[in-house]
Amino acid sequence: MLYKKKSPLLVFIIPGLLFLTLFLYVPFLENIRNSCFDMTSIVKMPGSDWKYIGADNYRKLLTDKDLMVAIMNSFKMMFLTVVFEVGIGFLLAILVMNIKRGQQIFRTIFFFPIVISATAIGLLFKLFYNFNGGMLNQILAGFGYEPVNWLKPELAFVMVSIPTLWSYVGFYFVILLTGLSDISDDIYEAAEIDGCSKLKQVGYITIPLMKSVIATCITLAVTGALKIFDLPWVIVPNGAPQGLTHFLGTYMYQVTFGMNNYDYGSVLAIVIVVMGVLVSKVISILTTEKRERRAR
Amino acid sequence: MKRGNRKTEKKLPLGIVLIYLILILWGIGTVFPFIWVILNSLKESSEVLSSSFSLPLNPTFENYRNAFERLNVLNAYKNSLIISGTVTIGVMLLSSMMSFALTRYDFTGKKFLMSMIVASLMFPVFSTIIPVFKMIVSLKLLNTNLAVILPQIAGNLSFATIVMIGFLKSVPIEMEEAAYMEGANVYQVFGKIIVPICKASLSTVAIFSFLWSYNDLFVQKIMIRDNTKFPVSTLLEEISSKYGTDFGLMAASVTLIVFPVLIIYILLQKNIIKGLTAGAVKG
Repeated sequence: MLYKKKSPLLVFIIPGLLFLTLFLYVPFLENIRNSCFDMTSIVKMPGSDWKYIGADNYRKLLTDKDLMVAIMNSFKMMFLTVVFEVGIGFLLAILVMNIKRGQQIFRTIFFFPIVISATAIGLLFKLFYNFNGGMLNQILAGFGYEPVNWLKPELAFVMVSIPTLWSYVGFYFVILLTGLSDISDDIYEAAEIDGCSKLKQVGYITIPLMKSVIATCITLAVTGALKIFDLPWVIVPNGAPQGLTHFLGTYMYQVTFGMNNYDYGSVLAIVIVVMGVLVSKVISILTTEKRERRAR
Repeated sequence: MKRGNRKTEKKLPLGIVLIYLILILWGIGTVFPFIWVILNSLKESSEVLSSSFSLPLNPTFENYRNAFERLNVLNAYKNSLIISGTVTIGVMLLSSMMSFALTRYDFTGKKFLMSMIVASLMFPVFSTIIPVFKMIVSLKLLNTNLAVILPQIAGNLSFATIVMIGFLKSVPIEMEEAAYMEGANVYQVFGKIIVPICKASLSTVAIFSFLWSYNDLFVQKIMIRDNTKFPVSTLLEEISSKYGTDFGLMAASVTLIVFPVLIIYILLQKNIIKGLTAGAVKG
């Protein structure tokens, strides 16, 4: 009866709803509309109208070589995040489950980089990679080798990936560890009595029982890889060298706010949304299929 | 070290020793960069260039003085605190109000509103930023804290509301009914019963809103171009592009940005880990 009178409802809903509409839904739709116009400036000047250009910008996508590089890099990064972030996170989680003392300390340490801004981590790794007296080249010099340009075209992508992957392992480690501790000890004890080795236990008990948690982690890793911006931007601004390290996010930023090409930037934003939706669909199909197969 | 090994070998099987070894190695790999940068921030730039692995022999606070004098780090902290503090409070307030309405009231369009909130999780910031930027420019808000605050509140709101709904659904309604019988109105019920009950999930919401806002570079970079008004992330990026050769200064500024977060992390680590992994779905 307390909640029969509906008038307070407006007070509770409207502020939040306003935010959602004004800063998410309206811009989202406006962005789609903008993509079909030639936006000469960000705010319409009196007298100069934006010309409707239909699908011109979308046609441009097909011939955009830099975009292809950015898409390839983003796909590579998705693959790497799954293998290294989720993979190493899983290994570490299994190892930690097998020890009795110090679980909490490892959790605290492994998770720590997550709370540090990607900007700071990027800057930190820039100090490592610097040609003149960067940490890595100091190590090389210590062994009597010539300094290496760590951010040269052949190496740049790898060097950007390392801090990206390293800094997020702890995140999946904690999620997977939480999942692992939900598995009852009885199952492992029964397996032990039946003479099942530790390694086999992982393959026959842990992984099957953890499928849904692993699937969540993979989805998070892959969609997270699509949103990468801060770290590559700090280490290799503007996709340096020669746009080779562009990801979808950094490329969209450069086109929009570096080159002031707002309409093409809008199209790139839509590409990111579409890819995000497609990739999460594919993953959900792949993982549910597996679960059904197991059920049979 | 030697004695420790012998002891563990006697008591523990080789496998366990190996496990500890791997875990400790990964732990060192995780912490090392941060320790390296803190140590090097206490050296002169030339010393960083020549011997970054040695301990600082003559620790100097020159870099820090530089950072505070030349870069106005304090001002950046202030801006970041205002921005992220406001975002956090805004998200806590709006999400608790929305989740309260969505769990306690029945109304037409409730389902629609719910799916609107869930669907908005799929919007990456890239997909809304250009029109939002346009709006901010036409409202003449560019280079103000509000330009960052408004989109960041919206960006965190949906997820926060979902977290809050998850919790509020499980709270029985009896106490609220009782308070109503005693003569409390809906607003009093919300302020005196709902908000205190939600403390735990509100702190989750507060943690991820604050950290996401504090650490974000993308929105800050777009909305604040005047370098006297920079919050920490943009300041850090400027340092990296402008003073890229002054290693000592760079190390000191990284340390300055990392340090407050490190302290908070050590104090609140359990809550933070929980808060951020609960915040997982949003990434």
